[in-house]
Amino acid sequence: MARRKKHKEIFALGNEAVVEGALLAGCSFYAGYPITPSSEIMEIMAARLPHLEDGVFMQMEDEIASMGAAIGASMAGRKVMTATSGPGFSLMQEHIGYAVMAETPLVVVNVMRGGPSTGLPTSPAQGDVQQARWGTHGDHPIIVLSASNVQECLEMTITAFNMAEKYRTPVILLLDEVTAHTREKIEIPHADEYEVFSRIVPNMPPEWYKPFEETVRGVPPMPPLGAGYRFHTTGLTHDRNGFPTSRPDEVVDLTERLHRKIDQFFYDIQLVDEVDTDGADIVVIAYGSVARSAEYAVQQARESGIKAGLLKLKTLFPYPRRHTDKVLAHAKTVVVPEMNMGQISREVKRVNMGRATVRTINRVDGQIVTPSEILKVIMQG
Amino acid sequence: MSEFTGNEIIHQYLRHNKRFPHVLCAGCGHGIVLGTLIRSIHDLGLPKDDVVIVAGIGCSGRLAVYVDFNTIHTTHGRALTFATGIKMANPQLKVICLMGDGDALSIGGNHLIHAARRNVGITALILNNNIYGMTGGQSSPATPLGAKSMTSPFGQLEKSFDTVELARGAGANFVARGTVFHVKKLENIMIEAIRRPGFNLVETLTPCHTQFGRKNKYKSPVEMYKWLKKAAIDKERYDELPEDKREGRIPIGVFVERERDGLEERYAKLRESFRKTSQGGR
Ligand SMILES: Cc1ncc(C[n+]2csc(CCOP(=O)(O)OP(=O)(O)O)c2C)c(N)n1
Ligand code: SF4
Repeated sequence: MARRKKHKEIFALGNEAVVEGALLAGCSFYAGYPITPSSEIMEIMAARLPHLEDGVFMQMEDEIASMGAAIGASMAGRKVMTATSGPGFSLMQEHIGYAVMAETPLVVVNVMRGGPSTGLPTSPAQGDVQQARWGTHGDHPIIVLSASNVQECLEMTITAFNMAEKYRTPVILLLDEVTAHTREKIEIPHADEYEVFSRIVPNMPPEWYKPFEETVRGVPPMPPLGAGYRFHTTGLTHDRNGFPTSRPDEVVDLTERLHRKIDQFFYDIQLVDEVDTDGADIVVIAYGSVARSAEYAVQQARESGIKAGLLKLKTLFPYPRRHTDKVLAHAKTVVVPEMNMGQISREVKRVNMGRATVRTINRVDGQIVTPSEILKVIMQG
Repeated sequence: MSEFTGNEIIHQYLRHNKRFPHVLCAGCGHGIVLGTLIRSIHDLGLPKDDVVIVAGIGCSGRLAVYVDFNTIHTTHGRALTFATGIKMANPQLKVICLMGDGDALSIGGNHLIHAARRNVGITALILNNNIYGMTGGQSSPATPLGAKSMTSPFGQLEKSFDTVELARGAGANFVARGTVFHVKKLENIMIEAIRRPGFNLVETLTPCHTQFGRKNKYKSPVEMYKWLKKAAIDKERYDELPEDKREGRIPIGVFVERERDGLEERYAKLRESFRKTSQGGR
């Protein structure tokens, strides 16, 4: 066998790695509006996309327009991404809901900054976790992912595209400023080392096609605009043909299917990394850059003989209940450090139902959560 | 141009048995705009698959559901943003936006000026009924000074937008105004707007007797059409009128005609230039 070529290595920012991941996943359309600390994603896209055969980069007039253009381009058959930060993310919410309703795949990267409002534009925070889950109106499921280092920024971006395409849904990738602005050496994987999933397109004659019909996978195939499948798409509650309806059975049918197509794939969607969690007395549950501090703290605790472990969340929603449940059943104490007032710890407490002691570490001063801070709480037991 | 302007043509383009009866009030002008649009597309010989109708939210936004094209009912005010993404992603498609006056000029005002500035290849149809129809008759940026509405019960105090001047200033390729009373003229304008590259805007005055007429001395649809007949005047004739005779008259016709490339064409040229110098992207 020929010797395998070494991975290409680059020294990249988290934001840059997001772009690399997006391009590897097949992204060919980007629409956005600049905002710190996400702007590098947009700037690099502006330089890269026109080099692709069909690449399109658009600087829109605001984030509402960015999401609108992204949805339109996705309907036209493209893999699309937009990136933003707190205030822009708020503006995107109506269209995120539209993308859920119209089952339009796309990736939204939110590099979180301190808030509320214009808040702390350049300081790290994790304040948009619940906004990512509940930011838009109405009942709907959503997939929210995160990354804790630069290599993961690349990998989770590919994952975000794959999930968006697989489940015909917007996927949100939440980063924090530390992850986005850290520069690290990363490896670009070979093409056969990662999966690239593209939406399933219909292969039946157009007359047979029902654009919003339940399939075995729960996800209807999606043709690009102009391919001969003419149908109506609306943000209104619609029937299987896409036409507006307020018939109670059809309303329930749609709402339940939107939930079901995500619910039934929990195993595929809920991603975590576990470090020494088996038989651990104390488990830290963390995500984003905080998970790095936590990993170091857990290592130090182990060295001083404490049975500590780390559950790192790569999927935040649907909340990885199964993994958390396992940890909570055995650990005496669970520590949840976050750069917010407790947005994931409330999920942990919900799953816990009083079994383990849940300790929270909450920082909202625009500073990172340090390993020693976490270690101190671990030591308290 | 086709001599058949009746039902024979229109029926080929409706989604039969699917969404009828329709939601519009009897006598509403919106149906006439849709009929004109269908005839224009037919006259241009555009295949149904190539046409994408992107509609906003309002009574005007509901029109998309009835016609057998690729149709997308978007969010209030944002139709042009979806349309921009579609056109840039696939320039082969004919992208036509249907928007109300509230839709296009109020909540969507920013998108309108930027779509015009970019000159992205979209035909934007604004159905101006001077009021918010679907939400029950509140005033819009097109409600005339002094007119009554649910939110201007003592008469509108704000001056309305001149859509034509707005679009001209923003850089649209083609800007025209018509009315649903002057249908033949409207059809010619629409054909021209759909045919051209770049951003082409047609404002159509269309009566809403239910919400606007009721509050403003037009007791029936017929009276509203009579008003259109009287108020609208060819742009050339309007220009010749002395200042004092212009009160209450609305010029119609083509106001801006430019032949600039659409943004999508400029973008394609940029990509082409990279391929010539064979610089890889990755
Ligand atoms: C974000 C948002 N704000 C408000 C509304 C409520 N709304 C629905 S239609 C409409 C106005 C419709 O008026 P216009 O655009 O003039 O169209 P018409 O109904 O007169 O054709 C409004 C305000 C909405 N759907 N979305
Ligand atoms: S409310 Fe006005 S715009 Fe709406 S359908 Fe009735 S007449 Fe037409």
